[in-house]
Amino acid sequence: MLTSTQPALEMTDVHKTYPMAGSEVVALGGATLSVGSDEIVALVGPSGSGKTTLCSIAGGILSASSGSVIVNGEDITAYEAKQLTKFRQEQVGFVFQTVNLVPFLTARENLLVVDEMGRRERAPARRRADRLLGELGLAERAKNLPGELSGGERQRVAIGRALMNEPSLVLFDEPTSSLDTELGSQVMELIRMEMKTRGTAAIVVTHDERITQFCDRTIGIVDGILGP
Amino acid sequence: MRIALLEMRRQPSKFAAATLILTLVAVLLMFLGGLLDGLIRNSTGAIEALETEAIVFSESSQASLLRSRVEPSTRTAIESGLDADVGGLGVVQLGARVPGNGPRDLANVAVWGYQTSVSGVPSPPASGSAWADENLKVDGVQVGDELLLGPSRTPIVVAGWVSSASYNGQASLWVDADTWRMVLNENRPDGALTEGVFQALTVSMPGTMTATEVAETVQNLAGAGFIALTVPEAIDAIPGVTQQRNTFNQILGVTVLIALVVIGLFFALLTVERTGLYAVLKAVGAKSSTIFMGLVVQSVVLTAVAAAVASVAVIAIDAAIPPGSIPLFVSPQRLIMSAGQLVAAAVLGCAFSLRRILRIDPATALGGS
Repeated sequence: MLTSTQPALEMTDVHKTYPMAGSEVVALGGATLSVGSDEIVALVGPSGSGKTTLCSIAGGILSASSGSVIVNGEDITAYEAKQLTKFRQEQVGFVFQTVNLVPFLTARENLLVVDEMGRRERAPARRRADRLLGELGLAERAKNLPGELSGGERQRVAIGRALMNEPSLVLFDEPTSSLDTELGSQVMELIRMEMKTRGTAAIVVTHDERITQFCDRTIGIVDGILGP
Repeated sequence: MRIALLEMRRQPSKFAAATLILTLVAVLLMFLGGLLDGLIRNSTGAIEALETEAIVFSESSQASLLRSRVEPSTRTAIESGLDADVGGLGVVQLGARVPGNGPRDLANVAVWGYQTSVSGVPSPPASGSAWADENLKVDGVQVGDELLLGPSRTPIVVAGWVSSASYNGQASLWVDADTWRMVLNENRPDGALTEGVFQALTVSMPGTMTATEVAETVQNLAGAGFIALTVPEAIDAIPGVTQQRNTFNQILGVTVLIALVVIGLFFALLTVERTGLYAVLKAVGAKSSTIFMGLVVQSVVLTAVAAAVASVAVIAIDAAIPPGSIPLFVSPQRLIMSAGQLVAAAVLGCAFSLRRILRIDPATALGGS
């Protein structure tokens, strides 16, 4: 169980390298990062700087080449693929840049996908999905397909999906990149409110400096190296 | 799995083309299977209908009824050593003149003399009359007609119909042993048989022994110079049957292979199209096995729908075709077997996509790629 003193994420000297044409490309070079239990961190950097790699490692999608990664007290550094899949089902939420809702499922069913693929709680999951849709102002749109929703509504469904498994850490990958400034701000306010209400940590990957005002802390990353 | 079914329900047009192609393949498979069964039935139906455990031929005949001769002494030897019903069996293939048809418009018939039970055929009719295969209806034969058989124009009256018990593609006429011998001796003097001699003997012994065991026992009792075969063995011994079956089975095998390729390609393309979606699902915790099972469920449902539509279509074709015009025989067993083969091909076809699903990297869901 997460305690107030236990960080949601602790990355220590994490390296990620890829072999390429006989040499190695460093995607992440000795990243050390701690994110508090209800802290919202903006990760800012240009394209190819290692933002996505860092998020992928924190979210258990990629394994680090070296260093240690602890999420909500769970050391995932040496996890195998199966263990990482289970870890993602239980500990992490994702909001993707291109939203990526399942096009033939309604807003409510898109939230329930997480349960279908993971815990399979059925009734409690349905209640949670309805509650989340209500909180996100989508109760009336629960039965609509993604194609029938606006960009902002789709993004809110994606946020709901990320919160369905009651994660300790949510990773937002450029959550406002496809939205205009006003809608982007509204979505960021919603993200902040949802995270703070739940006491859930978040990393928001962005290269839009305006987003950072909604975050508790901003960390820069360039060429795989974390900066201030 | 539920998600896979929801996709089929909400986006049926995505699966329409593949279902249509598979339905056509299924119709082809079931129709060819029906033709094979019909041809085999036309060649072997009469033998298949014999309710007997063993059939005894003279060894030199190579299980050909027309060449075989079995003397009464052999029958006595079998009857004395085995508590079984032993009956005589013989056939003669002739042309039959049908009342109202032209003198050269002959119906091909196989005239059977029998002393055993035959499935779907009543006990032998009165002397001089016959139970006729309903395929003769195509030749204009009616109950009560007097057919003139062979060059001697031996008269036989049609007493009633029996269904599909043909032999060598010829409609059967089932007569008592004495009538058969008379027809044989009058029209095939080279193959004439004296009283008590038959072309083969049937040995019926329902009970605890298997047909193979009965055949082995009968073989021992009949002694050298005779062979005792089970009914399936006797069917396989009919010239051309095995070759016919093998040829059709190869065609059916290729058809199933086509179904497998169609399904494999369709779901491989669908998997490529869904790569981004699968990456997202994997990122939120979906296992590769869960995603693959979704594909399998979709392929099985799609194939089952195609097989069901094809079954109805083939049954309709069968009903529309007049009996005896083409040798199509549609049986529930054939339809179920074809559907089963298609479902197996569907599951196997999906396996083409398994490697691709396993290789989808959830990391590609991040970074907008």
